[in-house]
Amino acid sequence: MSSNSRFVPLVLETDTSFNMIKNYLHSACKSFLFLSFLVLISFSSYSQEISTEPAAITAGGQIFNANCKACHRVQQKLVGPALAGVEQRAPSIDWIKRFIKNSSAVIASGDEYAVNLYNEYNKTQMTAFTSLKDEDIMNVLAYIKSEAEKPATPPPGQQTGTGGTATNAGGGSEYLNVILIGMVIILILLVIILGFIISSLKRFLDQRPLSEEEKEVVHSPITFSSITSSRGFLFIVVFIVGALGFKTVINGLYSVGIQKGYAPKQPIAFSHKVHAGQYEIDCKYCHIGVMKGKSATIPSVNICMNCHNQIKTGTNTGEGEIGKIVRAFNENKPIEWVRIHNLPDLAYFNHAQHVNVGGVECQTCHGPIEEMDVVRQHSLLTMGWCIDCHRKTDVNSKGNAYYDKMVEIHKEREGKNPMKVEDIGGLECSKCHY
Amino acid sequence: MKDSKKIYWKGIEQLANSPEFVKHAHNEFAPAPTPEEASGHNRRDFLKMMGFGMAAVSLAACEAPIRKAIPYVNKPMDLDPSIANYYASSYVNGGDYASIVVKTREGRPIKVEGNALSKVTRGGTSAQVEASVLSLYDNSRSRYPKIDKKRAAWEDLDAQVIAKLNEIAGKGGQIRIVSNTILSPSTKSVIQKFIAKYPTTQHVQYDAGSQYGMWKANEESFGTGMIPTYDFSKAKTIVSIAADFLNSWGSSIENTITYGKSREVSESKKDMSRHYQFESIMSITGANADYRSQIKPSQEGAVAIQLYNLIAAKAGRATVSGSELNVHHLAKAAEELWANRGSAVVVAGSNDKAVQVIVNGINDMLGSYGTTILPNQPVNFRQGNDEAMAQFVTDLGGGKIAGVIFYNCNPVYDHPMGAQIGEAIKNLTLSVSTSYKEEETGVLTSFIAPDHHYLESWNDFEPKRGSYSLSQPAITPIFRTRAAQESLLTWSGEKNPDYFEVVKENWRNWFFKGQTMDYQTFWDKCLYDGVFDTDATGGGSVSFAGNVNAAASAIAANYKTAGVELVIYQNGTVGDGSQANNPLLQELPDPITKAVWDHYVTVSPKDAAGISFEESKTKLATITVGNKSITVPVLVQPGQAQGTIGVPLGYGRTEAGKVANGIGANAYPLVAMVNGSLSFGASDVKFEITENNYQIAQTQTHETYMGRETVVQETTLAEFQDGSYVKDKYAPQINTWKQEDHKADPEVMTMWKNHDYNIHHWGMAIDLNTCTGCAACVVACNVENNVSLVGRDEVINRREMHWLRIDRYYSSSASVDDWKGLEEAAENPEVVFQPMLCQHCNNAPCETVCPVAATTHSTEGLNQMAYNRCIGTRYCANNCPYKVRRFNWFKYHDNKQFQDVNPAMNTDLGKMVLNPDVTVRSRGVMEKCSFCVQRIQLGKLNAKKERRRVADGEVVTACAAACSTGAIVFGDMNDPESKVSKLLQIKPLYDERKTVNDKEAMNPRAYSVLEEINVRPNIFYLTKVRNKEEAKA
Repeated sequence: MSSNSRFVPLVLETDTSFNMIKNYLHSACKSFLFLSFLVLISFSSYSQEISTEPAAITAGGQIFNANCKACHRVQQKLVGPALAGVEQRAPSIDWIKRFIKNSSAVIASGDEYAVNLYNEYNKTQMTAFTSLKDEDIMNVLAYIKSEAEKPATPPPGQQTGTGGTATNAGGGSEYLNVILIGMVIILILLVIILGFIISSLKRFLDQRPLSEEEKEVVHSPITFSSITSSRGFLFIVVFIVGALGFKTVINGLYSVGIQKGYAPKQPIAFSHKVHAGQYEIDCKYCHIGVMKGKSATIPSVNICMNCHNQIKTGTNTGEGEIGKIVRAFNENKPIEWVRIHNLPDLAYFNHAQHVNVGGVECQTCHGPIEEMDVVRQHSLLTMGWCIDCHRKTDVNSKGNAYYDKMVEIHKEREGKNPMKVEDIGGLECSKCHY
Repeated sequence: MKDSKKIYWKGIEQLANSPEFVKHAHNEFAPAPTPEEASGHNRRDFLKMMGFGMAAVSLAACEAPIRKAIPYVNKPMDLDPSIANYYASSYVNGGDYASIVVKTREGRPIKVEGNALSKVTRGGTSAQVEASVLSLYDNSRSRYPKIDKKRAAWEDLDAQVIAKLNEIAGKGGQIRIVSNTILSPSTKSVIQKFIAKYPTTQHVQYDAGSQYGMWKANEESFGTGMIPTYDFSKAKTIVSIAADFLNSWGSSIENTITYGKSREVSESKKDMSRHYQFESIMSITGANADYRSQIKPSQEGAVAIQLYNLIAAKAGRATVSGSELNVHHLAKAAEELWANRGSAVVVAGSNDKAVQVIVNGINDMLGSYGTTILPNQPVNFRQGNDEAMAQFVTDLGGGKIAGVIFYNCNPVYDHPMGAQIGEAIKNLTLSVSTSYKEEETGVLTSFIAPDHHYLESWNDFEPKRGSYSLSQPAITPIFRTRAAQESLLTWSGEKNPDYFEVVKENWRNWFFKGQTMDYQTFWDKCLYDGVFDTDATGGGSVSFAGNVNAAASAIAANYKTAGVELVIYQNGTVGDGSQANNPLLQELPDPITKAVWDHYVTVSPKDAAGISFEESKTKLATITVGNKSITVPVLVQPGQAQGTIGVPLGYGRTEAGKVANGIGANAYPLVAMVNGSLSFGASDVKFEITENNYQIAQTQTHETYMGRETVVQETTLAEFQDGSYVKDKYAPQINTWKQEDHKADPEVMTMWKNHDYNIHHWGMAIDLNTCTGCAACVVACNVENNVSLVGRDEVINRREMHWLRIDRYYSSSASVDDWKGLEEAAENPEVVFQPMLCQHCNNAPCETVCPVAATTHSTEGLNQMAYNRCIGTRYCANNCPYKVRRFNWFKYHDNKQFQDVNPAMNTDLGKMVLNPDVTVRSRGVMEKCSFCVQRIQLGKLNAKKERRRVADGEVVTACAAACSTGAIVFGDMNDPESKVSKLLQIKPLYDERKTVNDKEAMNPRAYSVLEEINVRPNIFYLTKVRNKEEAKA
């Protein structure tokens, strides 16, 4: 997944569903790319040369985003140093590998470069990434090198791909505006024409000999009270008020139990805008369950402490809020977050199915989370909302042998029509209710 | 249940019958408080408060309640919320054992399944093993140590116990550790340490279901006391003299598995064992027999002698003296045993060593040792010594013993001399109970040092020589309990002992030798597998040196056939009663009697003819043996030998907890010592019918066959072998004008459009030949699917909620209108067990009648039930031909009314057992078997996550997983390589249709129940094959 497009607001107020499909397509392609890269990685052989292969760079990007990004940037000094040019700066590639895998051991060994680095960054210890293999580190270096060589990233608003989407969507509404303006012009023209007809009729009648009474009728002024007291007007007003009232009641009934927009105060003023938006930390870094199982999981305090061991001052709130995490950790007291997305007990929802298998972006359901200081429920979370998506979404079947036979049968029957979730039983009761 | 001799009392006032108590007893309801009395509130206040309350409630309803999401502070490495973890462990309850895999969610055990890696239980389970997970959350568990019934700290208890032990040791007083069979070598080493510290200590083992007679007989016959492994899979002829080896005798899970193997038939294996059973009660084993003959309990020895003589005549050995009996099929059995010598086995249930010596002699002549009986692989399940225990009781009564530690046992309840033990405990200097529940013994001891539940403890076991297994905690101890082994070590002077380290160290010393890996890897592997096997099988052959003549004369001297004879046995639900407080077992219909929540005495139909029953009710009967008597309701049991009665053990608990207390009467005191061991039978019993009516809750009353040949189909082995049964197989025809002969297969006419199953097509095969009726599947289903338990009264109202039931049919060859024939057949009928669950019909009648489409069909062949769409019309249940839909008449969860019978849904502790992936259904909705759709969905998701197809065996329903004999097979019928497809020989119904559709089973044994209505179930049954000469009973 490219980090640039991930946090761009794709969803516009005017045409959400269109964008939703766009989003799915994006993610489907991206997961496919990701998968093929994984395959490539497994074949790429080990070497000390920093690769320039796009596969290695993308794979490195994945690892960088998931593991390093919390503290490092390529061009910018954050918790740790900016990494551009690290391969030349550091004593050796081998040294980098040792340092990443177990930095404290390197420091303890008295390595001069390491000790200087340690002192320079306020004796901040880097987490040991024992799980990273040598080729993983090489891929990360490939990614850093390619990023360092790139010109500075343009601000997100100027992104071409997603900008195009926005124009398209805007084009749809502009078209509607043209029609509306046209209709208004036609109406005004009609009023003017009617005025002309009335005045010419008046003129015509004035030329005829008329009695006093008749003259009075012809010249009676069209006053406000004459309009308001007319039966037709009253009927229209009563009808409109009645209809509006009826619609309000129906809407009100439909919204019972819907908590869209629910944004309760949390025990800690955690900001996704800072973490996911500003620092672009991967969602999966904290929400570790999202690829594995039903719950995406709210991160346990020890995950927060991975970074907040060092970062003691928050962007918005200073030391107070981060202090609460440290206190919870030290006192071994869990943090009682307020649950925002409450599905009814009778509905079974599994994150792994949607994010891992389906390749759905978090933002598709949770909205522009990277812009939220306080998280709110973005989607309706009604059954209609679920089903709507299952009707429109294509199955992310590429590269997944599970779906092979279904795709085959679907092709045989439907030809080129894409296979939707609905087509493989995505609307059946027992998929969510048991 | 009323026992006329007992006085029930709620407090001292009642016992003393004080005037105050009598005054209140006359007023059923306490008088309502007057307004002045009741703290100043009056009617107007009430109205005001109610008004305010209503307003507050309606205001509050606008805002959704705040729900918290609380993550871990420090998440354990291998624990992810919402993902289940599995741990290999061992179930042990007294001498009962099973190697298991425990499923935990968020650190809570929620399901127990068999461990296929075990060479002993081989993935099999039993109803009691499956139910044991709820015993962990038993509300009546001991929550902390107690001294003289008061809560105490462990340190205080230890100090006082050690002081008393030293006081006894100082005086040279006797100490005893009393326990059931101990399978754990490490526990035994701990006990040895304790004995080394206090040398006057003796360890006494006893078993509620004693097999001491057999142990003793083998000692006499072969020089070593032991109970061998029986391999029924190698047997062509099985003769059982009153041994219920599929339920309570020996290694019953293993027996069930090997017996199932010998009963399996297929196109490639067209032979099966023939099973003769000679017994008085209708046991589960007897119900599975091909030939079942009725004898009296006093005749067990005589039958054995007669069989011995018949075979000795052929083998050329000397016969022994014994009375001649006319027992059906005995001569025939002897013929076949002899013909199949080397692949024959004789077992006897008697706990008398004399009977067992005779049986050993028979097996010796038949060459069973080394083939069907493996004395070099002795099992350790029953090490109890009846004589030592009797000696203990005598010594205890005589004041020769000063201190007793009751190590995880309850002899006051489950030993025939329990009352004497209970009396004597009071006079002891030191009495300690280490059970995880107080129970009848614990309430009398002065110290309670509660052990963990087995799911909370470390331990090791040696169920069979050379086969070891570990048990590991699947949850941190819920209460302030401590491993009993640690208690013993503390009392023998160790500071802060860690039993885990003891086990680990022992395993290093015992098994690590010769391993190539390092010890931690070895230990982790053993822990991961749950089992470890050595090749310590020992000497192969044994030589028989038993004295059959002495045995025969002992039998002649000890048994006299007289009057009404009593059999005391363990039924298929509560067993020996140690888990009686488990409502899963109480509500499990007994495989034979189908009684739930009730104790009973089984009586033969002929003997019951004289009793006048009112409507469906029965009468209470008093049974007196010697000076002990119990009163239980009469249950008329077809197949019971005339002149005998049967009483199950395991009831009459007084201190087990709210579930079991007060159900029935304790039958243990009726057991007597005969020839040095406990005898579970008695002659000349006084059996009196009282005038009191009683209603037993039974889920299925006895019914004769009456022409329902489409439901159960059976044949004989000969017909199966020559294939002639296929033409007799029920092939329904419907009348139609379309065909020339106006007859047609039901499937040609249908109102339904066929379904396309492009993805999966889940299906099930149930083999009636290997189903023994053990009901482990029923309990497994209950636990997996959060099935409500409803209690005795609701079962009487026919409102039980079980999704899976086992229909037990009696049958005879008499024709439907031959009433006399049917009546005779009821004396000794054939039995068939048929598990019945939602058949997931392709043309489901329930789906067409639901007005709100709450029950619909899936593209994977499932008949789905959406609880929240259901409005409770119950049309579907009405239209279901199999009667497998269950309606929630009440809210069974969070409802005080069901608190005592359904603690799993009504108490905080009990709720921990609920499966979080399955909805707890509310009042007013219909429910039924879902084919464990949560497991199907999980299996699919796991495959999708790994980008591959679902492998066969990956998705298994709870019932199929629980089945020891593999009678239930579940799988994807779209996968031609799956086990179920191969077994049933699945073929698409309409070859010409391009897409994947309904299936037909080409296995000639396969049939659908009620085929004539063409609902096309996705469950196929395999015809039962009886190994009989002719089809008659």
